[in-house]
Amino acid sequence: MTNPNGRFGIHGGQYIPETLMNAVIELEQAYNRFKADPDFNRELTALLNNYAGRPSRLYYAEKMTRELGGAKIYLKREDLNHTGAHKINNVLGQALLAKKMGKTRLIAETGAGQHGVATATAAALLDMECVVFMGEEDTIRQALNVYRMRLLGAEVIPVKTGTATLKDAVSEAMREWTSRIDDTHYCLGSVMGPHPFPTIVRDFQAVISREIKQQLLEKEGRLPDAVLACVGGGSNAIGSFYHFIEDKSVRLIGCEAAGKGIDTFETAATINTGRVGIFHGMKSYFCQDEYGQIAPVYSISAGLDYPGVGPEHAWLHDIGRAEYVPVTDEEAICAFEYLSKTEGIIPAIESAHAVAHAQKLAPTMGKDQIVVITISGRGDKDCAAIARYRGENIYE
Amino acid sequence: MSRIANAFAGGKAFIAFITCGDPDLETTGAVVRAAVENGADLIELGIPFSDPTAEGPVIQGANLRALRGGITTDRIFDFVRKLREDITVPMVFMTYANVVFSYGTERFLSLCRDVGIDGLILPDLPFEEKEESLPVCRACGVDLISLIAPTSENRIAMIAREAEGFLYLVSSLGVTGTRTEITTDLGAMVRLVRENTDIPCAIGFGISTPEQAKRMADLSDGVIVGSAIIKLLEKYGRNAPPHVGQYVKAMKDAIRN
Repeated sequence: MTNPNGRFGIHGGQYIPETLMNAVIELEQAYNRFKADPDFNRELTALLNNYAGRPSRLYYAEKMTRELGGAKIYLKREDLNHTGAHKINNVLGQALLAKKMGKTRLIAETGAGQHGVATATAAALLDMECVVFMGEEDTIRQALNVYRMRLLGAEVIPVKTGTATLKDAVSEAMREWTSRIDDTHYCLGSVMGPHPFPTIVRDFQAVISREIKQQLLEKEGRLPDAVLACVGGGSNAIGSFYHFIEDKSVRLIGCEAAGKGIDTFETAATINTGRVGIFHGMKSYFCQDEYGQIAPVYSISAGLDYPGVGPEHAWLHDIGRAEYVPVTDEEAICAFEYLSKTEGIIPAIESAHAVAHAQKLAPTMGKDQIVVITISGRGDKDCAAIARYRGENIYE
Repeated sequence: MSRIANAFAGGKAFIAFITCGDPDLETTGAVVRAAVENGADLIELGIPFSDPTAEGPVIQGANLRALRGGITTDRIFDFVRKLREDITVPMVFMTYANVVFSYGTERFLSLCRDVGIDGLILPDLPFEEKEESLPVCRACGVDLISLIAPTSENRIAMIAREAEGFLYLVSSLGVTGTRTEITTDLGAMVRLVRENTDIPCAIGFGISTPEQAKRMADLSDGVIVGSAIIKLLEKYGRNAPPHVGQYVKAMKDAIRN
């Protein structure tokens, strides 16, 4: 799926300062060596199974199916992983790889805090130092996760530049990496950034679709008709799509954060509103103005509040293999409440974007059809913010 | 001889970096003139970008101030066209890949040629990604300036062999900004460059004092100073030009043989 230069169609590439070039080349070489190494894979699988709790459940949402009256709905429960999201899949892979490369320190960016928590967790487990960059705005929206990271032994640095959200946290982590490369691995949290990150992160997240395929074959003896996942940078989505890309009968639907709507400036729906550009090491779609200045995007979801999207998604969009639909804050919040009340599962506000679209899609499909929604994370972290949105002030 | 080659012909070159539109283009014009009158041999003009990932806090601040003032790529081209009426030293643009790509690489570079820009520095366009821009730069007679970093090691020869205009040697790890100490073995880097190319190389990142400038110029063909000048703009705003002039004079005097 990746050509040697890390391109997905016209997207991807390595648009980074010369200072980092040898670091990404070294990373690519190490990754290619270890991904074929049986010992590395045995060790990683053991961590994923015994520590992170894989495989995650594929749960038949019977009540939701009945209520919506259309396609049969399955939920891929990434929220049940240790640390509460899919992020741990990638982090355990990268942290183990970094350790094999002789690195002793992990740095990471985080939006909602889930990737930061996962990185801090892996660092604690593998005896590595950890520094997490988080937009100051997000440290307020996700105060609980800041505390969790500190509890796990990580240093959290609030980033005050720009819009003080995820994009600025990525910029600051990249700046930090250029100043300290020898002992430090940049544990990037999504399928973005310069090659080889989009490929490495996708490979570590592909476990999601590998399991969905196997679990659904066991339960239903067939492939799903549609797989839905939320898309910010796009790591849980690419993980959910990857092993279905060649199965053309399976619709792949990425749900973007439309914020207050794609006809407003307060949106983060990159594929729906952006155009091709070069930023954060990659060519892909970005929200930007006519002069290429990156737009200050908005979503209630800190994890989807990013002006770009991973290059493989950009390519899947270009070739028409995947669809990318916008979902507003309001729709996501209603879905957050709906899944909580209907199935007793509180999804992350990010994942609720995919649930919202499934609520529209499933009733239009036949009862013999199957939809899989990836619940990328759990929603405990969002309760205070959603309560505030509904006009209620609660103390965490 | 090209304007860039000419800038290095008369001894060690002093290269001044100035962000366009910080705090406004009138001040940028006055600062450029003050720098040139006081010995700057080459002017590096920054086109602001919203998210300058290779910059430290000082130049990030300049980018934001300029953008807040409503600066655009089009206004900068108009500004340079006027500046060229009396400025004869070479001028190069420093910006980020998306500013050029988004404007349209061919449209951007043909305007560079028309207004008298001699070179282009894109810190997020490494050797591996230059194929898309290089033919357009060549067709427009604009040198695509390459950077070499302390981590480049085995890449130095490859980069130097294909370098154009001058080589930008990054003195230290990290982002732009003043430093009290520069510890990289720049002498060894320069030797490796010299084995592979005849084009001049200038050292930048972290240089702010005349003593540092002298030491760096002894090792190379010139020095590039950005953050120290931007700090004067941050401090004096529209009144910065004479202060920049004075500073450039002290720096240029220090590197004169």
